[in-house]
Amino acid sequence: MIRRWSEQVHYNLMLLPGIVLVLLFSVWPMGGIILAFKDFSPTKGIWGSSWVGWENYELLFDTPVAMQVFTNTVVIALMKMTIGFVVPIVFALMLNELRIRWFKRTMQTIVYLPHFLSWVLIAGILRDMFAIDGIVNEWLHSQFGLEPTMFLAEHFWFRTIIIGSDVWKEFGFGTIVYLAALTAINPSLYEAAEIDGASRMKKLRYITLPGIVPMIVLVGTLSMQNVLNAGFDQIFNLYNTLVYDSSDIIDTYVYRAGLEEGRFEIATAVGLLKSAISFVLVVSSYALASRFANYRIF
Amino acid sequence: MVRNATWGTKVADGALIAFMVLISLTCFFPLLHNLAISFSSPAKATGGFVTIFPQDFTFASYEKLFEDSTFFRTFFVSVERVVLTTILSFFVSLLMAYPLSRTNRDFALRNVYMWLLVFVMMFNGGLIPFYLIVKQMGLMNSFWVLVLPMIVNVFNVILIVNYFRGIPKELDECASMDGAGPWYKVFRIYMPLAMPVLATTTLFLIVNIWNEFMTGMIFMRNIEDAPLQTYMQQLVVRIDPNLLKTVDDVKRMASVSDKTLSAAKIFVSMLPIMLLYPFLQRYFISGITLGSVKE
Repeated sequence: MIRRWSEQVHYNLMLLPGIVLVLLFSVWPMGGIILAFKDFSPTKGIWGSSWVGWENYELLFDTPVAMQVFTNTVVIALMKMTIGFVVPIVFALMLNELRIRWFKRTMQTIVYLPHFLSWVLIAGILRDMFAIDGIVNEWLHSQFGLEPTMFLAEHFWFRTIIIGSDVWKEFGFGTIVYLAALTAINPSLYEAAEIDGASRMKKLRYITLPGIVPMIVLVGTLSMQNVLNAGFDQIFNLYNTLVYDSSDIIDTYVYRAGLEEGRFEIATAVGLLKSAISFVLVVSSYALASRFANYRIF
Repeated sequence: MVRNATWGTKVADGALIAFMVLISLTCFFPLLHNLAISFSSPAKATGGFVTIFPQDFTFASYEKLFEDSTFFRTFFVSVERVVLTTILSFFVSLLMAYPLSRTNRDFALRNVYMWLLVFVMMFNGGLIPFYLIVKQMGLMNSFWVLVLPMIVNVFNVILIVNYFRGIPKELDECASMDGAGPWYKVFRIYMPLAMPVLATTTLFLIVNIWNEFMTGMIFMRNIEDAPLQTYMQQLVVRIDPNLLKTVDDVKRMASVSDKTLSAAKIFVSMLPIMLLYPFLQRYFISGITLGSVKE
């Protein structure tokens, strides 16, 4: 019993550095959210500024930009989620059909690569490719005689590029969990099916697909928490004034309103609203995941 | 086993392989295109003539790159940041994970800490309060602001906790019998056994830190003190959105930039990650699987 008590002290000591960092950089800033209910004056600081109740929110909902930013976020995120959900499943199933092992492994290495590169750099490349004198315009001109388009300055094309490039960057990485689930399928099922004369399609339909359904359900439910995460890094590095109407999302708006225009309390109010809704989404997605896919975070 | 492949199967396999090659080319194309531009002459690069093969092959942009001292300053800021943060994070996370992997009976406060961590993982104050608090701490323009906030990654800690819980309890008990204290057990038993998951979390952390540009952007006044990605962000991507009001502005901004030099810088900035990840691939595949599948 005494040994156990001395261990408690060591356990707490071990946790100390980590917990201090969490308190400093995660918990303390949470106190700052009271700014959403204050009229911020830099001289008085966060705590000294005067309370204004819900005024910041009233102001926010009176401006049309709030609704637009919210809609943009949800629309872009949902489109990324649905396409980014389907493509990895299809791709994993196709990879699974490959019989040459080295080829399969090389494919995997290649499709994982974009996930590891930063949006800053990818955006640099995309900006160049879709520029007025970039390769895309040049190709369209030489093949179809089309006039150059300002892809990144037009609402429709901008969103298409945002969604397309996100799927391009992440689909390979998304296949990992499915490939892991596929290797867990009992090979004797395939042998039995072969003896019964099942075709390749039949095996796919009745063995492979059911084998990864739990993982599909899990990924689907967990992806729910990203409804308000439309991708700050990506949009911030690709957008411009001309496409704000269709592509300004909550995170980019918070950055601009807060750090560029100095409207701290409005930006905090928007950020708090996002954090609150996100919290509910995360909790419910974990609840659903534990219910339907038996998933627990710890 | 030799399958008696029918003609139809062969065609299907062939089509599949062809399609896969196409997909992998798509994944590579933007990168190859960028690489080709970096080796081309500026005249060819601006006309949209370069696809994946350099035109008028030249090292000129790489020679120019070596004259850019800011590029190398920020590169080394990034390297320092990655090395320091990764080492600190490795030990801090390891030390957090061990007590948290004990049962409630062994460690009375376990659940209190666990709920705190899970809460901060799901809820945060948002960008503005974070900015103001860091400013209040006096960390503006300090190298430490690039390091300290990234040390604790709650998700990584939970992955390690889960891995520790999969290690047989008997091992821990045996070590205790032989007189091993908690610190000895963490470093001599748990750390070596948990290498797959530690390698995974470390890899993801390295990638995260290398790619992060926001902290440098909002907290560093001098670009020389910022990490590479912040510098790249300013250089290649950031055109003050407020300056662009019309389509003509966008056109003008696009044409003044030095395409080939930017392409060279982009490529060099990507290189460390591209070289690193294939070697760690086997770790992260097993690490992710371990983290997501539980009995």
